[in-house]
Amino acid sequence: MSERNPPIDGPTGSISGSEGDDELRFRDPEKADALADRLAEIGDELDDPPATVMHVCGSHEQSIAKFGLRSLLPDTVNLVMGPGCPVCVTNMPEVDEAVALAEKGVTIATYGDMLKVSGTAKSLDDVRSEGADVRVVYGTQDAVELAEDLDGEVVFFATGFETTAAPTAAVIRDDPPENFSVLSAHKYIPPAMEIVAEMPDTEIDGYLAAGNAAIITGHGIFDGLVDRHGLPVVVGGFEPLDILAGLVKLVEHVRDGDQTVENAYPRCVTRDGNRVAKEQLWDVFEAVGGEWRGIAHIPNANLQLRDEYAEYDASKRFDVDASYLREQSGSRLLHDCICGDIMAGAADPTDCRLFGEACTPADPVGACMVSSEGTCKIWHEYGGRPDL
Amino acid sequence: MCLGVPGEIREIEGNEAVVDFWGVERRVRLDIVGSAVDEGDYILNHVGYAIRKIPESEVEETMELFETMLDADPADMLTDDVMDELEANAGAPTPATSGGDEQDEEDLLDELGIDV
Repeated sequence: MSERNPPIDGPTGSISGSEGDDELRFRDPEKADALADRLAEIGDELDDPPATVMHVCGSHEQSIAKFGLRSLLPDTVNLVMGPGCPVCVTNMPEVDEAVALAEKGVTIATYGDMLKVSGTAKSLDDVRSEGADVRVVYGTQDAVELAEDLDGEVVFFATGFETTAAPTAAVIRDDPPENFSVLSAHKYIPPAMEIVAEMPDTEIDGYLAAGNAAIITGHGIFDGLVDRHGLPVVVGGFEPLDILAGLVKLVEHVRDGDQTVENAYPRCVTRDGNRVAKEQLWDVFEAVGGEWRGIAHIPNANLQLRDEYAEYDASKRFDVDASYLREQSGSRLLHDCICGDIMAGAADPTDCRLFGEACTPADPVGACMVSSEGTCKIWHEYGGRPDL
Repeated sequence: MCLGVPGEIREIEGNEAVVDFWGVERRVRLDIVGSAVDEGDYILNHVGYAIRKIPESEVEETMELFETMLDADPADMLTDDVMDELEANAGAPTPATSGGDEQDEEDLLDELGIDV
């Protein structure tokens, strides 16, 4: 069993004690050190330090926390996680709809991360323990196979950004069984990045965009964001050296005031992305406005099935009324949850008084402690509470 | 959920491929891979769908990177997410992997030199 990284401490991530470097498991520690030195040099050349840069990917945060990358950053660079966890931004009324369907006797199939995410009054895990039929699936295809095996209605409660929405689209286009439908909580990340870029408490100087989502969309998708908000965007991979290299390029652009998109992950990302996946995605889904939990109403960032595919849209097939759930009271602790601020990059998990105490992965309050892509769960897993 | 996992195509039947992930074979859909693929090509698998053909020149580096990333204890979150990706195709195990999911995970961890 290898040792965990030492605790992370705040957004600049100073590691307690000097033994931290020994714990880093880089493929090439010399390269990592060289990149960190370069980052410190560029940081010293900033007009208005610190540069606050945001990434929007749970896998980025996992890698950053796992390899203790914040400990390598100079004080002049502040790295925060934005709304990069699709499960976490799923709004309570969206969960309520799935809960109401489950209580009505419909079989709900969903990704494991979604199970403990609370709706207004309860989660799918709660109704499952009360006897509802809620199944965890690992992919859309599994949900279709479940529908083939069962006589009753199977609703796939679908979550995830464009990378996961494209497979859902492919399944819907592939003539699924009649008793199969989709309740879409799929999200589209670029419009959310635009909203968060303008939030006064966040003050972002640049984005490290998620390489994996950009495999589908291509990095050309960020041109508009750069034009409208005057920020540099660098698309980066999730391996530790990829992230450090991406940060070097990004902070260079911040220093020079560049408004540009740079692809620091050419191994996987092209300008146009995966054309076939994009065509299927936009054939099945359209982007509509909606509330992202705790953050804001975001235009064009929720993916809804188009009318042509209405027969597979669970929200139309079942005419769900979840309003009765809003009259029941949920956990009082939810009022203290600051997931929204954390996902907007305005607070760290350690700023929350519930973190690691009343809210843990085993008994989560907020969605950020539920998903393996949630900031709180990741910090809890790799850092726990900082040494004070 | 946002990670993809690379593997090598062993067989193709229509829109479905049998893909080898470090010795573990899984079925992967090819609907949205976006390029012509053949046996012997490497793809990136995400929730049971190939989302990209990995160019031949990048195969070796990509596989190495994944092995580095996963060089951790099996309870690790990143390793866990990758396992989920592989499980995405567990609904249709091929005869070669009928030994069950637990065995598959052990084989994979073993292959990656991860001590269980």
